[in-house]
Formats: sequence, structure tokens, C-alpha cells
Amino acid sequence: MTVQISFTLNGRPTTVEAEPATLVAELLREQLHLTGTHIGCDTSQCGACVVHLDGLPVKSCTLLAPALDGATLLTIEGLLGAPGSNQMHPMQEAFREHHGLQCGFCTPGMLMTAIALAAEKPDLTEADVRHGLEGNICRCTGYQNIVISVMAGAAAMNAAKGE
Amino acid sequence: MGNVIGIGAAPKRKEDQRFLTGRGNYVSDIKRPGMAAGVFVRSPHGHAVLRGIDKSAALASPGVIAVLTGEDAAADKLGSLPCGWGISDAKGVPMKEPPFPMLAQGKVRFVGDMVAFVIAETPDQAEAAAELLAVDYEVLPSVVSVLEAVRPGAPQLFDDVPNNICCDWELGDKAAVEAAFKKAAHVAKLSLVNNRLIGNPMEPRAAIAEYEPGTDRFTLWTTSQFPHVVRFLMGALVLNIPQHKLRVVAPDVGGGFGVKQFHYGEEAVITWAAKRVKRPVKWVASRSEGYVSDRHGRDHVTEAELALDETGKFLAFRVNTLANMGGYLSTFGPNIPTNLYAPLLGGVYTTPAIYCNVKVVFTNTVPVDAYRGAGRPEATFVLERMVDVAASEMGIDRVEIRRRNMIPKEAYPYQTPVLVQYDSGDPMGCLDGALVAADVKNFGIRKAASASKGKFRGLGYSTYVEACGLAPSRFAGRLGARGGLYESATVRVHPTGQVTVMIGTHNHGQGHETTFAQIVSEKLGVSFENVDIVFGDTDRVQFGMGTYGSRSLVVGGAALSKATDKVIAKGKKIAAHLLEAAEVDIQFEAGNFSVAGTDRTKSFEEIAGAAYVPHNYPLEVLEPGLEEQAYYDPVNFTYPGGCHIAEVEVDPETGTVTLVNYTAVDDVGTVINPMIVEGQLHGGIVQGVGQALFENAVYDEGSGQLLSGSLMDYCMPRADHMPMMKVATHSTLCTHTPMGVKGCGEVGTIGSPAAVINAVVDALSHLGVTHVDMPATPNRIWRLLQNASLPVAAE
Repeated sequence: MTVQISFTLNGRPTTVEAEPATLVAELLREQLHLTGTHIGCDTSQCGACVVHLDGLPVKSCTLLAPALDGATLLTIEGLLGAPGSNQMHPMQEAFREHHGLQCGFCTPGMLMTAIALAAEKPDLTEADVRHGLEGNICRCTGYQNIVISVMAGAAAMNAAKGE
Repeated sequence: MGNVIGIGAAPKRKEDQRFLTGRGNYVSDIKRPGMAAGVFVRSPHGHAVLRGIDKSAALASPGVIAVLTGEDAAADKLGSLPCGWGISDAKGVPMKEPPFPMLAQGKVRFVGDMVAFVIAETPDQAEAAAELLAVDYEVLPSVVSVLEAVRPGAPQLFDDVPNNICCDWELGDKAAVEAAFKKAAHVAKLSLVNNRLIGNPMEPRAAIAEYEPGTDRFTLWTTSQFPHVVRFLMGALVLNIPQHKLRVVAPDVGGGFGVKQFHYGEEAVITWAAKRVKRPVKWVASRSEGYVSDRHGRDHVTEAELALDETGKFLAFRVNTLANMGGYLSTFGPNIPTNLYAPLLGGVYTTPAIYCNVKVVFTNTVPVDAYRGAGRPEATFVLERMVDVAASEMGIDRVEIRRRNMIPKEAYPYQTPVLVQYDSGDPMGCLDGALVAADVKNFGIRKAASASKGKFRGLGYSTYVEACGLAPSRFAGRLGARGGLYESATVRVHPTGQVTVMIGTHNHGQGHETTFAQIVSEKLGVSFENVDIVFGDTDRVQFGMGTYGSRSLVVGGAALSKATDKVIAKGKKIAAHLLEAAEVDIQFEAGNFSVAGTDRTKSFEEIAGAAYVPHNYPLEVLEPGLEEQAYYDPVNFTYPGGCHIAEVEVDPETGTVTLVNYTAVDDVGTVINPMIVEGQLHGGIVQGVGQALFENAVYDEGSGQLLSGSLMDYCMPRADHMPMMKVATHSTLCTHTPMGVKGCGEVGTIGSPAAVINAVVDALSHLGVTHVDMPATPNRIWRLLQNASLPVAAE
């Protein structure tokens, strides 16, 4: 049995048929071919699958696909500027500038969490960022450059807002 | 010409664009037409006789295509998984090497041992069918700790391996060490455990295999650090597939840390299965599955003794270690606690006599193999803990005792009593730099401030050396390596002057696409943007040994450097012809070939063009084209080293250890890209801090169950566990690698565990604590404090 689910995905109206038990992470990767959202664990610990549901960061491995009905979903693929553009989000630019990634596997989830953190609190401290990234595991970077990237990305997002 | 970005610069990484935008191409992202899904059925028992498997219910389950077992593999006459190193005991008796079947035959020997492979239309259908597979186990008692495994009467894993001892291995001059102990003024002793770790690269392992009947070719996409080695081991030794009929691709790989540098049974089973079912087959591990199937790391139990004279000079060091191999020998398993451990027990000190005995032991646990640092963190940990114990017992300052015994800079090259000769280094310089950077002189003020809050503050040192850049083939061959340890690179210059490099190392986070492009950009004077690095595909790269042991830049970078030199040499011949000059008069500088002392010049692009459009070209003496290949086999290991200083605060009420400051000064030789090196140091340090404070793979003795079986009960370091670290380099140049590089991938993991534990012990030393085993979890510290029977939180 499948159900029909209609939602807004990265700005576009989308309708899919899916088994009710399908996880959002699976739906994105297997049915919608959006493989930027990664699955790094089976216990909702690692955060590689974080996406924004109605503007809030969620672990898409713990969310069932029917919950998307009527919702707005943003994934890593939706961060770029206009369709076909390679214009990165200020947080993506900050990660590149400050070497906030190594193997890149945790990176999509890190970015989605980071953007949500920065949007929630304009004046992030280092402690805020470290605490805010608690649900995302990175094995490569030792977090230092991720923390620096998030601070810089948040500042850039604030600056862009002010313009 | 254009944008030349050379050695020492820190351009942003080429690979980042795709990773930051969700366009990476990891194995789990790949789909093939007609692809089926595979699920492994794994033993739930640590040790059991496999009495039979009834496939009927599983085969009748919806969507099931096939169920394969060890019996099917045996019927197809498939080999078992090979071990890449053969070690021997002191008398030359080779290690016991029982077969490691890719699917269990007769017995299972650890929880997670593979019993069957179920293939269905979808992963869910394969999972459902796997539940229906009726496996008849006769459960046997398990033994998981090395101490138990070597006791008389312990469960025996293999009939022909008495006492579960694979090899009783030793290194060093036992008699000289005994003589030195007899005349020692002081002998310090220490018993310790080096805890078992699970590597946890963030990308779980995965594989896809495809067979094309039309060409009789196989393709295997796998999360591997060394696809060529997988092709060789699996094709030649397990499945009998000719090398030219087997393509192995490791595309973007989400972290390795050693865990992905072995040939795994899953890869062999899935490749075999793809031909049997005539469909591409995909398998993606869950994290918990990885816990019982990814090779584990460390797991030593050690007794060490250090003999000193009355001034605190080290006279001799004696180490006895029991090293856990798990249920079978993995690809490099027996090499790690022997050849990569004992030769590093000299550390940065002038200890004249060293003896090490290692009993390599089978237990009912996941096989143990190389994990970031591999043997060298274990050596550093026992040595650096031992030095602190000796200093404390003799009442000598911990920095002072290190200084008294350190190899002075001018004494390099330095021959240790345990095989290795360090070519260069400056441990005292690293120590001095770290003392300043860590502001050690004001530690007392910080300690008093902690005390005023009821907290105990401690400082810990670790001065270390590692052997990396694995390694000279001849030397490795003498130590039991069954393969070579060189590297290869091809530099393909296109007719318009752009460059594609095909290299045998693998990039899984280390930034090779950037670092290697910098080397080419500098050496050939071509634009950084005009250099692409190709890796990880046996159809595109001739050969390579992959990435592990900090060998990529050291060995692979050297091969690349040699290949570019060959391109320049050929370019000079072409230029000599075009410029009507003698070859000896041609100079190559900043991307231009010119006649010395004249303004006659040809650009790199013009030479490349002439090589591919050879209208005016010395065809009588020179082939067209501009592509050169080099293989590089180093003459020695390289020896990075350094000094790490950790500062911790212990809360006596909860036992929580907080890492408050961390400083590292490392000697990694020439730094090609300081941004990338710093990132490697950060990541390495935190991986070692993870071992020291959080991570532990715990088994239940008797049942052999892995109790820390997921990320819910295996504590990985998270962002809020760490302070901002201070890292710096204090480099001496390697004297035998072309660019003076030494390697940086593992130094952090080697240096940090001892620094952190030494700091924890320092914080608690006023309570009589002399040693803390890793990980120093709140529970362990709190219990220690209770047992100290001191008024810890009295007020």
C-alpha cells in the first residue's frame, strides 16, 4: 500500500507515492534521487541526514514520509541560488573558506544544522555553536574548523540580512 | 601559465564544491540498471558450530532472488580471505594462519561473522527474508579478552592453534635488557590496557557489484582506501578473476581511518553473487552492522618495565603485550601489534636496550586491524605513560626527565636498538615550542583557580615519534609483507597544456585533489585550475597501493614528483629541437622552456602542443605525446614526531574530565598546504582524545556479545567535548623523500591519548592515583575517587 504525499521540496511543488513506513531520508535518496542527504547511522545520532522541515532542522532518518504532506522541505540541494546556479549559500562559502570539511560525508547535515542555528540566534558564541552541533558527528575535522566556519557563516548571513 | 599555486600555499580545496552542494558521489549514491539488494545474515553468537542452514522459508519470501552460504562458496571452490603479512616467532616458526572463509564454514567465531547473503528485489524484502533464514547453531562458550584466551582451559577457536596464540613474537636484545635491569638504580613498572576501538568513518561501508556477460568483466564499487589492492587480493586470491577482467572503483569515500583499507569478505561475496544472479547487487551497511563487521582497532594488554640509572637516564625498556586479533587474521592484522608497534618503543629517547614480546591472540571478537596510527599510538601510550610513572617515582620533573633522555637534534640520523633508523628530527625543539604555546609556566595559576572551584586541574605531556610513509618494499618484505609498498603516478599532459594526474593513492578527506595539484602546478608552472587528480579506479589508474599509514604525500607525492620530472625532461628535449639548441642549454622555469642566456623561449603549452601535433618534432629520437609515469619505492620510513600537551579539569563530584586546553607542536617535514595539514592535525588529535576519554568497544565475556553495539552506547567525540586547540608545526625535513615531506595524517592520534591520560593522572596524583586506564569516563574516574577514600567532595 502506498500513500500520496504532496509537499514543497526545495521551492518546487512535489507529489510522490510512497509506502507509509518510508523514512524521509530514504524517500529523498531512493525515490527523488537527491543523494546529498546522507545516512550515517541507524540510531539518529550522527546528523548526516539533517534537513529543514518548515524551517526547522530535523533528522530525516526519524521522520516518516507521510509527515511531509503539506509541509515545506529544504535539503542540501536546495541551498544553491537560482536553478542551474552554482552560487553557494554564505554558510557553504564559509565552510569552504575555513576548511570546515574533510571527507564531506557529514557536511550536508552539518550545513543544514549550522544554517538553522545561525537563523535562530544572530549573535552565536563559540559555546552556542558547539552546543548546537551536538547532534551532528564529524569524524574527520575535530570540529575546530567547523565551529570557525559556522561562526563565519552566521556573520555572513547576518550581513546579508542587513543589506 | 595562469594561476600557479605551489608548495606552501593554502588554496581552498578543489573537492569542496561537490561535497558542499550535495553532489558527492559515494557508493551508496550509485544506482545500476536492474540492481538487486543484498543483506548479510550474521552470527548472533560469539562462538558456535554451524550445524546447518535451511534456506527454504527465506527463498519463498517475496522478492527473494537467491540465498548464498559458505557451502555454496565451497562448492564454487572460492578461496578464503588472505592475510597480507606473515610474521614469525624468534625461532622463525611462522604464525598460525587458519583460513578466513568469506562466508562462515563449520563454525562462527565472532558476533557478526557472515553466515549467508540474501539477495532480493529491494532491501526491505532482503531484510524480511533474512529474518526467515533458519540457521542451526550449537552455541559454544566465547572468549573475548586476551588474558582469558591464553589461560589453560579457555575456549579454543581453532583446533590447530593451541592456547589461541597465533604467534609468540619478539624484537630486541633480551640479554642486553636483562643485564641493564640488573644494574639499574630504579625500575618503574606499569600495567595497562589499550582499549579496543571502533573506527566509525561517518560513511558506513557499502558495495555494488556488476557482471557483464558480454565482456566477462566484473565491476565492484566499494568504500575502499585501496581499490587496486582489493582487485589484486580478491581477483587473484579469492575469486580467481583475472586482473584485466576486474574493475574496482572507490569513488568518493566518506572517511577511512584504516577501517576501509582491508579486503573484506562482503566485497568478495557480492562480486561472486553478481555473477551468480546475473544482476547488479548492492549492499549498504547500517552503522550497527558496521560495529560487528568493520575491523576494530588497538586492544592490547601490556606489562612494561623501565630501568633507569640514579640520574633518571633510561637504561632499558622491557614490554610484554598480549594483542587481540579477534576471530580471524584480517588483511594487515598481525603486522599492527608487532612491526608497527615494537620498533616505536624507542620513542624520541636514547634508551640503549629494548626488548618486546608480543603474543598475538585469537578471541571471539571482530577481527582487529589497522586503525588511525596503527600500532604507533599503542607504542607511544605505553612509553609516555611509563616515563611519567618513572618521573613520579624518582621525583624528577616530567619535562626534565624527557629532556635528559631525548635524542638531540645533532644526533640524527639516529639508529634505535629496535630496527628503525630515524633520519631527522628535533624533539627538543618541539617540546620547547609546545611549552611556550601551552603557557606551561602559568599552569600553577590556572590550577589554583580550578581548585578554588573545587576542581582538580592536570597537565600532561606526550613526546612521540612515528614511522610512516609505509614503506620500503625490501624492508617490509623482510618483516613479512606479502606485497610491495611503493606508489605510482602518471602525469598526462593534454595537447593544450592541461594536466590529468592518475595516482594510486586514495582521497577520502585528506585533500589530495588540492595538495597534489599544488605540486604539479608548482613543478610544471601550470595553472592550479588546470590540474585534475584521478584516483580510486583500477580502469583509469595503472596501479597503486592506496592511502593508509600517512603514505599518500610521502610515497604517492614522491611518485608524482618523479613523474613530473620526467615530463620536464622530455619537454626539454622537445624544446631543444624547437629552439635549435643543445638539450643541456635548455632551462625550465615558471612554465617556460628557454635557452640559457637568451630570450628564446617556448611555453609549456607550446611544448605540449608540439608533442601531440608533431609537425616540427624530433621523431627520429623521441616518441610523440607527453605523458610520463613513475613508481617510487622509498628507502626508509619517514619519522614525524612532536610534543603534545593536554590540560584537563576533573570534577570530583561527577568524575567528569573536561579537556580545557590542548597544544600540539608537530614535525611533519615540508608542509605543502598548511590549511590541510592543520585540519589533519585537528582531526587526528580529537580521534586520540576520543580514545582517551570516551570510546570503548566492550564485549561480554562468555557470550561474546558486543555491548557497545551502536552510536547509542559507543561515545564518539562531539563538538562540545573539545576546546579550541593550538596546533603548530616545527619541521625538520625528511632527508630521503623528494620534497622533504614526512606525513601528517596520524600524528594527532598518536600523540594525544598519552597527553590526555597523563594530564588526568596529574590532576589526581595528589590522591595517590598513579594510573588511569582509557577511556577516562566519568564512571571510571568517580569509582577511582571513591576508592581513593579521600575527602573528595567532603565539604
